[in-house]
Amino acid sequence: MREYQILGHADTRSGFGEGLLAVGKQNPDVVALSADLTDSLKMDAFAKAFPDRFIQVGIAEANMMSMAAGLAIGGKIPYTGTFANFSTGRVYDQIRQCIAYSGKQVKICASHAGLTLGEDGATHQILEDIGLMKMLPGMTVINTCDFNQTKAATIAIASHAGPVYLRFGRPKVPIFIAPDMPFVIGKGLMLQEGNDVTIFATGHLVWKALQAGVILAQKGISAEIINIHTIKPLDEECVIRSVQKTGCVVTAEEHQRNGGLGDSIAQCLALHHPTPIEMIAVNDQFGESGKPEELLVKYHLNTPDIVAAAERVVGRKI
Amino acid sequence: MTDVKGLERMATQVRRDIIRMIHQVSSGHPGGSLGCADLFVALYFDILRHHPEQFTMQGKGEDLFFLSNGHLSAAWYSVLARSGYFPLNELATFRKLNTRLQGHPTTHEGLPGVRVASGSLGMGLSVAIGAALSKKMNKDPHLVYCLTGDGELQEGQVWEAALFAAAKKVDNLIAIVDYNGKQIDGPVDEVVSLGDLKAKWLAFGWETLEMNGNKMEEVISTLREAIKHTGKGKPVVILMKTEMGFGVDFMMGTHKWHGTAPNDEQARRAMEQLEETEGDY
Repeated sequence: MREYQILGHADTRSGFGEGLLAVGKQNPDVVALSADLTDSLKMDAFAKAFPDRFIQVGIAEANMMSMAAGLAIGGKIPYTGTFANFSTGRVYDQIRQCIAYSGKQVKICASHAGLTLGEDGATHQILEDIGLMKMLPGMTVINTCDFNQTKAATIAIASHAGPVYLRFGRPKVPIFIAPDMPFVIGKGLMLQEGNDVTIFATGHLVWKALQAGVILAQKGISAEIINIHTIKPLDEECVIRSVQKTGCVVTAEEHQRNGGLGDSIAQCLALHHPTPIEMIAVNDQFGESGKPEELLVKYHLNTPDIVAAAERVVGRKI
Repeated sequence: MTDVKGLERMATQVRRDIIRMIHQVSSGHPGGSLGCADLFVALYFDILRHHPEQFTMQGKGEDLFFLSNGHLSAAWYSVLARSGYFPLNELATFRKLNTRLQGHPTTHEGLPGVRVASGSLGMGLSVAIGAALSKKMNKDPHLVYCLTGDGELQEGQVWEAALFAAAKKVDNLIAIVDYNGKQIDGPVDEVVSLGDLKAKWLAFGWETLEMNGNKMEEVISTLREAIKHTGKGKPVVILMKTEMGFGVDFMMGTHKWHGTAPNDEQARRAMEQLEETEGDY
């Protein structure tokens, strides 16, 4: 098995900022809106390069989402930027009516998702956003795992027809996806082939899953590790193909169990290929203040939790 | 030259359409639709620079209209059909299964003339601002219009939009408030009063006009005055006094007809008061 090299450390939101600048250069229809979090989302480079295509909306997220729909009517490709909590729960009806139901080309870009927002605590640590967004008909839902993938996804979604929810985070995390790796919306990314268990991971927990894979190998368990960056539409073919080989599944995500990646995988497998499954996710709890790594430990979203889940689920195979 | 008499005749026909459409399916919102019929006719048959038969989502080189209070769909559909956006006989499908004329307007079924869904209140002004900004970016000198209700102004998002449009000098935008003073639960003043509404819009930095929305000549002249105020660094709002249910005597002076369909006898009595001027659908 291969061990992934750490190419560096960076926050995924910086990948978004670089991607936004790059796609802004490529496509003159790309416009960006910020709700008073321009620096936090690293949108300043875009704002400086394209002041006429950057709209500072202030602390008014509802207005921002509906305005983005209006800009899309005018032929623009609007990228909205704020924290994940204010990108979803706060503006659900605006997204539902003006963007999803109206079929608008709005790219909802959401930073500071999940527990790893850290010290700001549960008011800002949304763990329900994937579920909220994936329930909307026609919404594409993406959760990226490192700087390079976030940058590539930010560029790729501009040419995708329809609304997209792009979720990323705050802390500096390892970079391990090659900078030239193409981002294909809706396609699972095989990171490591294995035979005994499949780990489907998204977002910050992809690196944790790779670390778990190393430990599992030492224990004699061959884990197949697949990055599901696009939770909707789910790459069902990829999921079923892998599970037909390994016969059991662990899912790993920084989100509530309800509504998250695990829930999507479980639904797919229940319908098409019933399989033992364990889920690494927050289970019906709010988060709290703390350092990102401390929170991942306390809420059981860490490498040892993935290892233990894999051992459990291998034991459940018939 | 504007044929005011002709527009008034069209408005009467639109009011007939509204009653017939809502009566046919025993559901819909006649009150506000009747009150705003004159405005819809003035916009679509006189004021808007638009190409009904070549509808495009973007509306490049056209004025755009957004209906924020989507429950006025019957009035809007009637005017859209009669100005050429889609076949007149399609009005007969209003609110029925598989129709493009959904209870509240939507782009989802591909109805020409509609650019965004509305119904959940308070969002249309923001959408209109976004469209107005895109017109500026595209160097398209055309205008964007938006109609909202007055009860709808209780939604906080409207004031986010009002603040933004003035701060960012969105001056290619004309908002119209249907100031009929009524909402579902009763008079707006009793539900949650808007207070001095004119002072509020002025304080927010909007060029603020007033008109009687049930006098065609005044509607036309005020809209033209509003257009003259565009391009001068401020968004424009018209507080449009209307009578909910205007044109049907027993539907006026009460909020009861906000969202109630007339029965057979009531529809017959309404028809007696609304002459068939342009031919029923």
